[in-house]
Amino acid sequence: MREISYAEAIREGFSVALERDPRVVLLGLGVPDPKGFFGTTTGLQQRFGAERVMDMPCSENGMSGVVLGAAINGLRPVLNHQRLDFAILSMDPICTQAAKWHYMFGGAMKMPVVFRMIIGRGWGQGPQHSQCLQSWFAHIPGLKVVMPTTPHDAKGLLIAAIEDDNPVVFLEHRWLHHAKGHVPEGHYTVPIGPARVAKPGRDVTLVALSYMVAEALEAAKNLAKLGVDAEVIDLRSLRPLDSTLILESVRKTGRLVVADTGWALAGMSAEVLAVASEGAFGSLKAAPRRVCFPDCPTPTSPSLAAAYYPRSGDIVAAVRETLGLPADEADTAIPAGVELDKPNPAFTGPF
Amino acid sequence: MTASPETSTFPSQIGQRLLESMVRIRLVEEAIATGYAEQQMRCPVHLSIGQEGVAAGVGAALRPDDQVMSGHRSHAHYLAKGGDLNAMIAEIYGKETGCCRGRGGSMHLVDLKAGFVGAVPIVGSTIPIAVGLSFADKQLKRDRVTVAFLGEAATEEGVFHESVNFAALHQLPVIFLCENNLYSVYSPLSVRQPAGQAVYKTAAGHGIRAEQADGNDAVAVYSLMCDAVRQARSGSGPVFLEFMTYRWREHCGPAFDNHIGYRTEAEYLTWRERDPVEALERRLRAEGCFDEAALVDFKRRTSAEINGAFSAAKQAPFPDAAGLMDHLYA
Ligand SMILES: Cc1ncc(C[n+]2csc(CCOP(=O)(O)OP(=O)(O)O)c2C)c(N)n1
Ligand SMILES: [Mg+2]
Repeated sequence: MREISYAEAIREGFSVALERDPRVVLLGLGVPDPKGFFGTTTGLQQRFGAERVMDMPCSENGMSGVVLGAAINGLRPVLNHQRLDFAILSMDPICTQAAKWHYMFGGAMKMPVVFRMIIGRGWGQGPQHSQCLQSWFAHIPGLKVVMPTTPHDAKGLLIAAIEDDNPVVFLEHRWLHHAKGHVPEGHYTVPIGPARVAKPGRDVTLVALSYMVAEALEAAKNLAKLGVDAEVIDLRSLRPLDSTLILESVRKTGRLVVADTGWALAGMSAEVLAVASEGAFGSLKAAPRRVCFPDCPTPTSPSLAAAYYPRSGDIVAAVRETLGLPADEADTAIPAGVELDKPNPAFTGPF
Repeated sequence: MTASPETSTFPSQIGQRLLESMVRIRLVEEAIATGYAEQQMRCPVHLSIGQEGVAAGVGAALRPDDQVMSGHRSHAHYLAKGGDLNAMIAEIYGKETGCCRGRGGSMHLVDLKAGFVGAVPIVGSTIPIAVGLSFADKQLKRDRVTVAFLGEAATEEGVFHESVNFAALHQLPVIFLCENNLYSVYSPLSVRQPAGQAVYKTAAGHGIRAEQADGNDAVAVYSLMCDAVRQARSGSGPVFLEFMTYRWREHCGPAFDNHIGYRTEAEYLTWRERDPVEALERRLRAEGCFDEAALVDFKRRTSAEINGAFSAAKQAPFPDAAGLMDHLYA
């Protein structure tokens, strides 16, 4: 089976979409840059031309409106942002316009547009280059919101997002770009909506999204050593949200820990807990737990960032609580020599 | 009241002062570039090497109580305004002794005592905030001016135009200070703005005075700034200044990147010829007022100062994790 990286999978998804449909266009600051937008757009402008794969002015808000008009008049644009923090200059066109256009004009127009945003982390990305605001978008009816975790889903969900007739917010975590996995060649889609069982289990349900799925799988491995069989659910899609799969799992295990890459208050983890308590209250054997960011902005200093980002050990600790197992400080200890502000050892900064 | 630098004349003292200011910025940033490979400065750094003429000219034209805001590339602006060197280096090292106690890093500098009110890396975000500083100053009848440093890409953001409009409407004492280095990361102006439309002319469309000059000529920057400061301080409204310049190194980080394809080595070399430091040195020599011994001595003292700042930063403690939630609310 062919394995490629998440970044390569995104590039392949773009390639397939551009190839199949001449209406697809890619815009964004640095889309044709020599570093290939973290390797996700490399070679696309050479292959498909500067009219379909183009750079743009530093005008996120205005350009988000421009792509809406372009979508109404027959293009299928993807607007790319190197950080989510830059995209949120355009909350009006995304949330107040794109999300409502089809509904408020009584179905007169469609809005086939993708807003692709990358979430930063590490090497001092700090308070303004690493915000995880998925819940903002997930809150808005009329948007679809996806957060693929595996290279397979990155490609399949990207193509699905481009082919969808609704505005889709496509969120990538920077630390997933290096991850490798099986990716089929050619065209395929992963439907927007269904979550995925990343690892089946009986004792506790770990619902995670984006990069936290990797931490949850690591936690599941360590839990197995304690004799705990954890089920890991990768949400993939935040809107629509797959409550069916969440409920099925919680009914089976009776225990729930949710791991989000964002803040807890009014975040996605709160929504998952709401789903569980509304739909599987009687099955819960213990109070659910959440593993999220501490309730403050992301600090830059490596010493504070290390304390800030939750890791697999925090998930293990939360599972112990739901099982009534004694706490163990070793769960959250930082192994010697591990640099927590880098996605992989080869990285030497800056981003 | 502080003496106003607007009355100084070239070349008697100001030439040497501008030169020293540029040299100091260059030495600091070269030290950052050299030390970066040690991987102890664990945050993005955007260096102004090659662009020092602008920062030096602007800094020298301002009073200590005047205020400045900036963006991601702000080390030079901070230093030229009198920002504390030790606190800046410590901040880049992520230390408790940094100007943001390590919470910010290189892209987030602050030194209120020096009138450096803040730099943040979201392009354009500090422009309206700087306008707000001048709005309050006008209402409270202070005679300060505010400078909003911005790169030419920031003029593509809607908020730039909204800010200039408001400043023009209320004739606020603010100077929009644009460093046009021709690029936004890897994107040349040609893919971002229409050919033949100078940035300062777009700004002039808002009905304010707007001018352009060579940013690698620190004296020209200084002179134009003095004039703009006079206008703004006297209540005659905002000014937009565009200074043409060029960053020598990569957008973010310590390396040179002319080989990766977005610009040419030849273009870089043309600008390298126009080194603002060498240009001023030549001019001072030609005018017979270059004090070589004084400069050598200044470099020696400054290098010692920089070494001191780096070793203090390296030895300083990291912020304690117990303080993670500090400052969340006032
Ligand atoms: C709103 C926003 N969009 C995009 C970015 C990414 N970005 C960081 S620096 C930069 C270049 C800005 O160019 P310019 O304003 O000309 O300043 P320069 O880097 O040339 O000094 C960009 C696009 C950002 N930080 N904020
Ligand atoms: Mg620029």
